[in-house]
Amino acid sequence: MEYIIEMLNITKKFPGVIANDNVTLQLRKGEILALLGENGAGKSTLMSVLFGLYQAEEGTIKVNGKEVRIESANDANNLSIGMVHQHFKLVHNFTVAENIFLGMEDTKYGFIKMEDAIRRIEELSNRYKLKIDPYAKIEDITVGMQQRVEILKMLYRNAEILIFDEPTAVLTPQEIDELMKIMKNLIKEGKSIILITHKLNEIKAVADRCSVLRKGKYIGTVDVKNTSLEQLAEMMVGRKISFVIDKPEQKLGDTVLQVENLTVLGSHSHKPQVKNTSFKVKQGEILCIAGIEGNGQTYLIEAITGLIPIHEGKILLNGDDITYKSIRNKTLGGMGHIPADRHKHGLILDFTLAENLVLQSYFKTEFQTYGFLKFDEIKEHGKKLIKKFDIRSGQGVMTPARSMSGGNQQKAIVARELDRNPDLMIAVTPTRGLDVGAIEYIHKQLIELRNQGKAVLLISLELDEVLNVADRIMVIYEGELVAEVDPKTTTENELGLFMSGSKRGILS
Amino acid sequence: MMNKFKDIIKKFMISISNILFKPFRNIGFLASVLAILSGILVGFFIMLIVNPPYAGGGLATILFGGFSKGLTGIGDVLIYAAPLLLAGLSVGFAFKTGLFNIGVSGQMAFGAFLAIFVGVKWTFLGDFQWAVAVLAAILGGALWGLVPGLLKALFNVHEVVSTIMMNWIAVYGAFVAYAAANLIGSTTQNAQKVIRTGALPTWGLDSLFNSNTIDIGIILAVIAAIIIHIVLNKTTFGFELKAVGLNKDSAKYAGINSKRSIILSMVIAGALSGLAAATLYLNVTGATYKIETYPISQGFEGIAVALLAYSGPLPIIASSIFFAWLKVGGDQLSGWGYDPNIIGVIISAIVYFSALGFVFRKVIKKIFKKQFGGEIL
Repeated sequence: MEYIIEMLNITKKFPGVIANDNVTLQLRKGEILALLGENGAGKSTLMSVLFGLYQAEEGTIKVNGKEVRIESANDANNLSIGMVHQHFKLVHNFTVAENIFLGMEDTKYGFIKMEDAIRRIEELSNRYKLKIDPYAKIEDITVGMQQRVEILKMLYRNAEILIFDEPTAVLTPQEIDELMKIMKNLIKEGKSIILITHKLNEIKAVADRCSVLRKGKYIGTVDVKNTSLEQLAEMMVGRKISFVIDKPEQKLGDTVLQVENLTVLGSHSHKPQVKNTSFKVKQGEILCIAGIEGNGQTYLIEAITGLIPIHEGKILLNGDDITYKSIRNKTLGGMGHIPADRHKHGLILDFTLAENLVLQSYFKTEFQTYGFLKFDEIKEHGKKLIKKFDIRSGQGVMTPARSMSGGNQQKAIVARELDRNPDLMIAVTPTRGLDVGAIEYIHKQLIELRNQGKAVLLISLELDEVLNVADRIMVIYEGELVAEVDPKTTTENELGLFMSGSKRGILS
Repeated sequence: MMNKFKDIIKKFMISISNILFKPFRNIGFLASVLAILSGILVGFFIMLIVNPPYAGGGLATILFGGFSKGLTGIGDVLIYAAPLLLAGLSVGFAFKTGLFNIGVSGQMAFGAFLAIFVGVKWTFLGDFQWAVAVLAAILGGALWGLVPGLLKALFNVHEVVSTIMMNWIAVYGAFVAYAAANLIGSTTQNAQKVIRTGALPTWGLDSLFNSNTIDIGIILAVIAAIIIHIVLNKTTFGFELKAVGLNKDSAKYAGINSKRSIILSMVIAGALSGLAAATLYLNVTGATYKIETYPISQGFEGIAVALLAYSGPLPIIASSIFFAWLKVGGDQLSGWGYDPNIIGVIISAIVYFSALGFVFRKVIKKIFKKQFGGEIL
């Protein structure tokens, strides 16, 4: 069998860790090879070695059977290797076309040959069925379209081998389907693809073969057709994973959170982003607010938690009016909050893990006397949470949060919020970008909270999560709650219709 | 018994060597040292171009001029260092809390005005006159810092803009203020000097350094640096300030009152600048406040001091003394026929090179990897 890329016995070390330990990866021409592994398993490092961002200490790379040295991204480009990054690298106030030919403009007398470039872009876009408008500005188009621009950028540079780094992390379910089709088209046209992911469904949907990494080590390569989801998961995590979540019978108690006629205005437009919304969350239930991103979920949560001001309405926590209370007051009053953006809100990246774990409690007598921090206690507290919640980091409690993997950063936030033992836990897309192991873990924790008689308000974009975890689902569309459904009786299809606004349901 | 004694000695030696040599394994420290060496090299080249035969002598004077007068020279260095240290501390502290305080100069100017007012007029205070003058300087600086703090916290006005404007208000306001307060000195450009009881005491430092210019300014400055170090690194207050500085959004999420933090941070930075003014103008033989159309230069040199020290309160002690050392050496450069302003060039070059710190960091990392096969912190 002919391999277009071979990475043989690659070893890459960082201070204190072996990120890739004798890893071998072989990509056949015209196939989609999935690279599967948990966060921190070494997938990104391996691809960075292939893309010339890191140099491996040991091992060889062959392209089309010939041994090559890749020392920079330019070398990779010259070998027709292109990478679609997880976080897009686009200039926001440039047009689609400008972004695509940026860095390789054809010029005549110093002027860009715009028509030629656009003609070529349109050609590529037709051939690979990547619908775009070359004249649109990046800031005006959707995330899914931005991703297509990234792909076109690679094709414009004649890439034969495309690396997709967690491409679906930022997409809606519809956009994911679209991307899967695009990938299949690319293969049909003779390209080869490496798909980095930890989402098993996607691998099942598009990949031909799958190579698995675990903790920097190469576990093996399997044919996707002959392998079940459970087997893939076990290869990745190293133990059996249960996909079915065990939920005991619900015991509803008093109302914990009550939101009445809440209206929130946008920060720039001053248009209402949340419109006259009312709902309740009771003890012992997980209420999930489902919706496509950008339909007011962020405004709703930030208003409840106090990050942005509210325009009208009332918020009650355990019967107390907390509408105009400070964030500190809400936190102390029993509100836990796993924020959507862990880098913006959840963590102070330049603080250590131990400091981040006391972010809302550093002022308690446990951790300070007369205004002086008790570092020993803070470290002990950190160690306790690391052990209890299995947070992994290079230098223990003294690790700067910045250098931790995304999954472990999220675990740290979850640990901190759970440890404060809140009556109401607000979890916003708590599993975004995490691997199966971590997702399973966080779901278990949320359900455990519910079983203890706490209230959980979950905001989620993933239908799987919505249907599996929630006791009750409300759908938000353009700032309004448009439907309330029971997860046991509804279907993905029905939810999709509510979420896209094509159907309205009944609110109790 | 003997063994136990040996053990203690051994532990003591290890801890001493840790304290002494730890900085040499620290990449920030090494990068600063490289920046300093490169800056001095620039100065050396300028002297080579201007007047080649004396360049060597000039270089020696810059490097060792501080020693030439023995302890008296060292006293001079410390006198120079005190206001630089506090100005640097003001910039460094603000920087650690996410603010860029370019207004040290204006804060010093207003602090100076209040200090001179008290130091000249309030003779009824007797032996406490100097202490009240110092407090007045701190208060003045704090007030001048409060304004940009309020503007930033309440109206999101960027502190760089507002502190620069505050500098110019102080510069031109001085013409009005000193005249109105009847504090004009021998010429129209000079403010009056404080009287003996209004000036900082010496507490025996004068006989220690055999100098009639030294006072307790440097002691106040070092104490301030230690206090700021403790506040930033050991207290809940410092935790909040740093949190707001590093990530305003997560600080808000954590329930920290970021408006209060920003305001207090600017007030403290201003207070430090005010204290800097006290060490500069509450010295009987030292500087007179000049009522002129440009801001106090120490305020800007403070930025250099803080930059070289990566804003660390304790490293700022070292970097301010180092800059003062260069200045004292530079004052003697005219003996070789060079303009003492070469020191200004060297200091600017050092600041440039420390701003290029990431280049040095890369070089150092490479050297360490090659030479010792090890990683550096």
